[in-house]
Amino acid sequence: MNILLVDDSKTMRIIQRKALAALGEITFAEAADGVEAMAVIAAHPAGFDLIVVDWNMPNMNGLELVTKIRETDKKTLLIMATTEAEKQRVIDALKAGVNNYVVKPFTADSLQEKVRQTLAKAKAA
Amino acid sequence: MQTAPAKPPQVDAKLIVPFVNAVRHVLRTMAGWESNVERPRLKQKQGPEYDYSGIIAFSGTLIGTVVVSFHRDLAVKLVAAFVGCELPADTADFADAIGELANLIVGAAKAELGVNASISVPTVIMGKGHIVARPSDIPCIVVPCKTDAGEFAVEVSIKAA
Repeated sequence: MNILLVDDSKTMRIIQRKALAALGEITFAEAADGVEAMAVIAAHPAGFDLIVVDWNMPNMNGLELVTKIRETDKKTLLIMATTEAEKQRVIDALKAGVNNYVVKPFTADSLQEKVRQTLAKAKAA
Repeated sequence: MQTAPAKPPQVDAKLIVPFVNAVRHVLRTMAGWESNVERPRLKQKQGPEYDYSGIIAFSGTLIGTVVVSFHRDLAVKLVAAFVGCELPADTADFADAIGELANLIVGAAKAELGVNASISVPTVIMGKGHIVARPSDIPCIVVPCKTDAGEFAVEVSIKAA
């Protein structure tokens, strides 16, 4: 499985990578903001199975990134991982096209479970 | 004629309690640490001095800043527990970890506050014995936090816009 982690905190990308590595054989790519993520996506023509996106990032935030991705790609699974927990923010993210939403702080188990749920739901669809 | 002593500024407890809860929640969830929070108090003078501070600004319906400050020994241990490996202090990666801890604490508090406010990406100060100065028009509440590895502080200086 190919996963792209997009978060302006390198620390958070390390934490996510460690948590998700337990799910199996995964190749990770990373980006520090939405602009960098678009460049990484463009450089990977085979695409990603899953992209985990932070909300608050410089240059291009997570919501803008999700909107941009969904302009051309309805298939890649997107999970928003953010401290933003307000109901309206969750609704905005779902409207923009995320498949799932996880609120920071999270345990490794809870992040893994969100990813499993997202993959299972996509498989069943 | 004598003038009455100035009244201490009033602070809405509803703005502080979410930070107390956020500290406990973030340390337990992300580092597996238990923490005790002592009674918050009004900061009346500059100091104490710290070695690392993560600063996050509020804008929107709330304005002001929140600073999460650590002494070196505790910061090194907490970052190791948080990231899952030891990081050399005084590096960009260490600063990033301090900033992310601040971001998680303030983000969790904002969620409990339930306000339509935005928070900035964190700014981190690294420097032995620094003091974070404050604008005088917003009272600053110090939330003293204790862990088995030492003490740190969350300084909340926010008000309704």
